Amino acid sequence: MQPGDSVVIERVVLDALLAALRERGYETVGPTVREGAIVYDEIRATSDLPAGWTDEQEGGHYRLRRDDREALFGYAVGPHSWRRYLEPPSLVRWRGRRVDGGFEDDLTPGPPPRYAFVGVRPCELAALLVKDRILLGDPGADPDYRSRRESAFLVAVNCGSPAGTCFCVSMGTGPRFGPGFDLGLTELVDDARHDFVLQVGTARGAAVVEGLPHRPAEPADLTAAEAVLREAEGRMGRSLETEGLKERLERSYENPHWDEVAKRCLSCGNCTMVCPTCFCSTVEDSTDLPGTRAERRRIWDSCFSIEFSYVHGGSVRTSAGARYRQWITHKLATWHDQFGVSGCVGCGRCITWCPVGIDITAEARAIGGPAEAAGSRP
Amino acid sequence: MTTPDSGTAPVAAPPDPMWPEPFEVRQVARETGDTFTLTLVPKVGSQPHPFAPGQFNMLYVFGVGEVPISISGDPDRPELLVHTIRAVGATTRALQKLKRGDQVGVRGPFGTRWPVDQAHGQDIVLVAGGIGLAPIRPVVYHVLRHRALYGRVVLLYGARTPHDILYARELRDWRGRFDAEVEVTVDRATIEWQGGVGVVTKLIQRSPFDPSSAVAMICGPEVMIRFASLALEKRGMTTASIHVSMERNMKCAVGLCGHCQLGPHFVCKDGPVFRYERIEPLFGLREV
Ligand SMILES: Cc1cc2nc3c(=O)[nH]c(=O)nc-3n(C[C@H](O)[C@H](O)[C@H](O)COP(=O)(O)OP(=O)(O)OC[C@H]3O[C@@H](n4cnc5c(N)ncnc54)[C@H](O)[C@@H]3O)c2cc1C
Ligand code: SF4
Ligand code: SF4
Ligand code: FES
Repeated sequence: MQPGDSVVIERVVLDALLAALRERGYETVGPTVREGAIVYDEIRATSDLPAGWTDEQEGGHYRLRRDDREALFGYAVGPHSWRRYLEPPSLVRWRGRRVDGGFEDDLTPGPPPRYAFVGVRPCELAALLVKDRILLGDPGADPDYRSRRESAFLVAVNCGSPAGTCFCVSMGTGPRFGPGFDLGLTELVDDARHDFVLQVGTARGAAVVEGLPHRPAEPADLTAAEAVLREAEGRMGRSLETEGLKERLERSYENPHWDEVAKRCLSCGNCTMVCPTCFCSTVEDSTDLPGTRAERRRIWDSCFSIEFSYVHGGSVRTSAGARYRQWITHKLATWHDQFGVSGCVGCGRCITWCPVGIDITAEARAIGGPAEAAGSRP
Repeated sequence: MTTPDSGTAPVAAPPDPMWPEPFEVRQVARETGDTFTLTLVPKVGSQPHPFAPGQFNMLYVFGVGEVPISISGDPDRPELLVHTIRAVGATTRALQKLKRGDQVGVRGPFGTRWPVDQAHGQDIVLVAGGIGLAPIRPVVYHVLRHRALYGRVVLLYGARTPHDILYARELRDWRGRFDAEVEVTVDRATIEWQGGVGVVTKLIQRSPFDPSSAVAMICGPEVMIRFASLALEKRGMTTASIHVSMERNMKCAVGLCGHCQLGPHFVCKDGPVFRYERIEPLFGLREV
């Protein structure tokens, strides 16, 4: 068995896969139902997966619904992304203690957690590769991210049930996964069958599959998997014209439409908290009560807060319009300058979880759309 | 629900860019009412951090906070890490209260440098406003130490009032030299003040440098940068030979936290010193 091979595994073998990963020392994390949403959490067996659930997503709307196909992966992405595990929302980055006349490091290094992510969607796999460019890049490589990322085992799952807010096809990130996974699954579920085509992505992935019951994939299996993806491609709820978008946004710093968005945007920052590529963080220094031990935490931050751009004398971006402009311009334009890719993978989360349903695809059209350049600077 | 663990910092080979290194306070010297100069030295057994003019450090007060501060000392004497700081908030006030022998955490140096090496053979025009003289001072040290490498040297400095003038004694020394042109102006004069009154950008009009062979370096408030570069352009300089130092909120200083963004640039690593032509298009825009 080697990278590039495809086999077929029965539904029950997925339990053996989870067990094999746990035996290898991975904490297995995947989708599961909590409080009416599909989130990521520890999963020990396939019974923890959202079998028979699907989701309805629209601008500002998310609802779970039963689906009698009993698919294990018959839904799109929920509010969580793997970011929670690779860059925890609040992470100790340094500890120190007071010593005579000064201070010294007070670190209790432990081994980095070893996660196996089960159910990584194509858009999320793309988001991980975007993150790698940012956090493993020069000069500021993040050692904590690196250790978590390098030990993570990725089981990707192709998308057969895109949501109403998905537009991965426009962003070139889905519904079929690109490279970067250890193992990749396509779920085949209908009246006649419930099994998975499993693609081997890496040697360590191959080693895991060798210990599992499987059979070689037949052309008919691959055709069936292809049909699932074809069908999913045709069911994108949203689309975004990316051609020339960067340049149009760059010309639109003074567009009056920003003030119009500002009337709707609550500056709540939900969009940045659910986005798998957002990376902004703040650094918080604190001490214990006696003041003898200090801690430095890295905490998720959002460009939608006024304090984010604070310098002595006042914040740079005081208006909600300027903050929305910063966010969308960063995602769709300046990200390209900084990291050579778009900052948006088309997962649709920011649309679904915006309390007022502000839609990045619609705003991009309104701001930088070819037909509606009115008000933008030449 | 399991929360992703956040308890301990996992093994990371030092130096981790987020870990502050303790330096010892050698001296805290008062400059003006709210401004002081902090001189730091490495702890016994530790190495100095060599720096280039224009770079900055992140200074950490134990348990209080960390702030970006330009290095204002002599780049040829890296064993003395000098910072001139205006006490404006929690962390800078805590820095002001330090005494000789206390310790400060240092990360750095970070960021881009003033183009002192590219400017050989050319006139040097330094324009500073307020605390903006601090990041310019390493250029003055360097240029005066290597005087023969440069053409005419001009320093134009503006402060709010005579009481806000930084490095008054050094300014007098530099003024006394025959090979440097130093002009100081204030927005509001006091009775004793004998120097010029008015904005620093006015000094540019009649300053003795050759615009066709000059490199300008500007540090101060953004409005001042804008008017100073306009005045320099009026004298015939191009935005390619004007360099400016920018300020944005900074939390990490290594391009990871996103706070310092200015359009496509991370001020912490693509700056703080920019060739003006690179950022000029963003200057007239609101709230970027
Ligand atoms: C590259 C660079 C070089 C600088 N060099 C100097 C210098 O040489 N001397 C000097 O006196 N000041 C300098 N500053 C400004 C200095 O960093 C701020 O005055 C300082 O952060 C204020 O912190 P505070 O906690 O005392 O104030 P508060 O007003 O309580 O600030 C709270 C927080 O806001 C942020 N912040 C506030 N003001 C600024 C600011 N102007 N720039 C960036 N972040 C800010 C910081 O994260 C700070 O911890 C520089 C800033 C930058 C970006
Ligand atoms: S910007 Fe919105 S659609 Fe794009 S990756 Fe982020 S959350 Fe997903
Ligand atoms: S766009 Fe929506 S989710 Fe984002 S800050 Fe504004 S209101 Fe919140
Ligand atoms: S200060 Fe964090 S990215 Fe520049």
